[in-house]
Amino acid sequence: MADIFDVLIIGGGPGGYVAAIRAAQLGLKTAVVEREHMGGICLNWGCIPTKALLRSAEIYHQMERAKDYGLTADKIGVDIAAVVKRSRGVSTQLTMGVGGLMKKNKITVIWGEAEITKPGEVKVSAMKKKPMEPQARPPRGTLGEGTYQAKNIIIATGARPRTLPGIEPDGDKIWTYFEALVPKDMPKSLLVMGSGAIGIEFASFYHALGADVTVIELMPNIMPVEDEEISKIARKQLEKRGMKIITEAKVAKVEKTATGVVAHVETKDGKVEKLSAEKLISAVGVQGNIENLGLEKLGVKTERGCVVIDSYGNTNIPGILAIGDVAGPPMLAHKAEHEGVICVEKIAGLSPHPMDKNQIPGCTYCHPQVASVGLTEAKAKEAGYKIKVGRFPFIGNGKAIALGEPDGLVKTIFDEKTGQLLGAHMVGAEVTELIQGFVIAMNLETTEEDLMHTVFPHPTLSEMMHESVLDAYGRVINF
Amino acid sequence: MPINITMPALSPTMEEGNLAKWHVKEGDSVSAGDVICEIETDKATMEVESIDEGVVGKILVAEGTEGVKVNSIIAVLLEEGESASDIDASVSSAPAAAAAPVVDTAPEPEKTTEPTAAPVAAALTPAQSGERLFASPLARRIAAQEGVALSSITGTGPHGRIHKRDVEEALAAGTASNGAEAPIAAAKTSGGTTAMATGMSDAQVLALYDEADYEKFPHDGMRRVIAERLTESTQTIPSYLITMDCELDALMKLRAEINAAAPIVDDKPTYKVSVNDFIVKAMAMALQKVPMANASWTSTDRILHKHSDVGVAVAVPDGLFTPIVRKAELKSLTQISAEVKDMAGRAKNKKLAPAEYQGGTTAVSNLGMFGVKEFTSIINPPHASILSVGAGKPQPVVRDGALAIGIMMAVTFAFDHRVIDGALGAQLAASFKGFIEKPLSMLV
Repeated sequence: MADIFDVLIIGGGPGGYVAAIRAAQLGLKTAVVEREHMGGICLNWGCIPTKALLRSAEIYHQMERAKDYGLTADKIGVDIAAVVKRSRGVSTQLTMGVGGLMKKNKITVIWGEAEITKPGEVKVSAMKKKPMEPQARPPRGTLGEGTYQAKNIIIATGARPRTLPGIEPDGDKIWTYFEALVPKDMPKSLLVMGSGAIGIEFASFYHALGADVTVIELMPNIMPVEDEEISKIARKQLEKRGMKIITEAKVAKVEKTATGVVAHVETKDGKVEKLSAEKLISAVGVQGNIENLGLEKLGVKTERGCVVIDSYGNTNIPGILAIGDVAGPPMLAHKAEHEGVICVEKIAGLSPHPMDKNQIPGCTYCHPQVASVGLTEAKAKEAGYKIKVGRFPFIGNGKAIALGEPDGLVKTIFDEKTGQLLGAHMVGAEVTELIQGFVIAMNLETTEEDLMHTVFPHPTLSEMMHESVLDAYGRVINF
Repeated sequence: MPINITMPALSPTMEEGNLAKWHVKEGDSVSAGDVICEIETDKATMEVESIDEGVVGKILVAEGTEGVKVNSIIAVLLEEGESASDIDASVSSAPAAAAAPVVDTAPEPEKTTEPTAAPVAAALTPAQSGERLFASPLARRIAAQEGVALSSITGTGPHGRIHKRDVEEALAAGTASNGAEAPIAAAKTSGGTTAMATGMSDAQVLALYDEADYEKFPHDGMRRVIAERLTESTQTIPSYLITMDCELDALMKLRAEINAAAPIVDDKPTYKVSVNDFIVKAMAMALQKVPMANASWTSTDRILHKHSDVGVAVAVPDGLFTPIVRKAELKSLTQISAEVKDMAGRAKNKKLAPAEYQGGTTAVSNLGMFGVKEFTSIINPPHASILSVGAGKPQPVVRDGALAIGIMMAVTFAFDHRVIDGALGAQLAASFKGFIEKPLSMLV
């Protein structure tokens, strides 16, 4: 191969493909190596298809309560095959779209598995493992096996489900998110191990469609990274709908039976409870894909299963960079995209700003939704801030009442001294669409004063954001 | 409807002033153009004329009140047919802020030694540059709280926007300079990250002396401005000095000839040019000859002034003014002489308008009349130079290898090194010396 790429990116997920487009915009000769699916886990087995499933669940839930709105909806039901088919369709549409974007930006796509043989050189061979089905087809016009030269190699290989020894997923009774996304039948009962975003979203989906769901979490609160108060409200609402949640509990052992699984759950008082269900979803986190890339041979530094990088994606080896999940937490698509852009701009000689990891928002699409940015109340106190906390409940908001969504809370945390918005935390309907207002506010370094001076449209859920800020300073109006 | 008389702004930057004196009392009739009161600002006392006619219905701010905010109501004028009963409605319909000075009539002497309440606003204002500074609200607030000027901080955000991290880094590195308001810096005591040394607290100073052994004089506006401007100057301007001896023999001879030629009117000559007038002219000409030295520093640009606007330091009782001779390079010695005489006289009575002492491109301070041999002055920003002039005295000099007596005068230039490097400063000094020693050259 005579051509030398300026940038070669290993992995076509949200980090990799966004970095590739930015590189192409900057006039760099760019290639992406992908082994399974353009768009990565995000578009194929993560963010997007789960949102499609959860939308089905949400509409089903609304149909169940049609009467509350004066409507009649008889004989409602779930066709799980059709729900899954729709989810796959959404995924395929977006995956093909990414292929189109590569073509539009004149980015070379190389199909296969990559290994960095030495700085500046990547060997691409055919994929050994059989990809998870169903799969969108690869884009047309890709290159294949061979050796490729590149001045800069960006590792954007993402992450995969972490597994616990003894509770390895088998694709039949013990699921990861892969199997959970494409169920052949609706399980009647389900155990979910882990209550992070992935676990709680699947729990919420299956529960809404009628499964008997039990969530088992090791930590004292579900969604342990979220603010405790928000987490407790979410838990109460999930439990009110009938979901079972056991915290400070550990799955010690899982036995497989003819009809499903029996989990031995150790609770905090030392008792062991045997819970049986048709399926068990293992959602105990993800781990970086650092294997088979030749990193060890090259001496690329890794730590806790992730590549170690500086603020611009550089590893300890010049010419080898990393972004996204493989480069460490928080393992979120939007963090990967942003890192990709920073990394490529730095390569192109621009002077991008390093990312402030305190300002990366997080969204969980269970019902009720949870969204947050910045420090939790506990973390802010831990960091030594004297804080002012504002709270505004959904019950005080006209739009929330009109929507029939009176449960939830918007919470804001300010540094008393400077008025800096340290964190914002929300639970309730549509909060995942609201949080960005606070993210912009934080990024522009507004103080409470600017937020108070901002006009929020009426009637919207966003008014709760205003009220929460006002509440932090004893000026709340509608509650 | 009664007419509200509000506190006027005597200059574009004026935010508050002192109500020095009322020329009218309640019940007096006034016509448009009548002087109704005197307002004192940091440097000047101005008479305020009535714009309307009527009867003074109520005086809301007592004589001697300090810190009256611009645009607050100071008195109410009644029009024909109106009585005092119309006033309440009028005043209460005014903006709430206007009511403030009414309450605060008699100034408490103890209070004046405390920092006044205004400091935060000052730090928010871009300092000298006049250009808008882009900074995040949080960065502005932290800068105000820490008492540092945003203009001294380099922004790293989009388009140079100043962010919190820039302020924090400047504080940590000690590169941030004090805001215009000294009280903030004085109030700040937490060590470590403080950008500037803050000096002793008031309590620490007073503790050193027995109360019976001193008297307290509250600072007036001028004293505060002097303290703030010169503190700012020494803390923000990297300055250096150049001293030079100038021989005055030719100048003294020319001066005598010029003054002897003055027409006599009423037994008095119509002008008498001073040595200082020559110095002002020479400085103005030197700045034209070395235009790069006629400069001002801003954070983004070097400002090169087209004209030589020379400030002349004038001592007044317990203070000083620097009225400015504008375009001094274009003015004759007699014009300069007359202007300085007029402005110095009015400065002593605090009757200068702000426009007469604000701005300028350089300044001259002359302490020769006190017999001072040589001295240095502190640059008055945004000037980039100041000239200190000592006494001219007969001294032994060597001329053509032989000892002789010449009238010698030592002058010292202080320069802002940010815009005037050493060689440039020396060029200006040499040019100045040339004009002084060959005085005819500045007249042609």
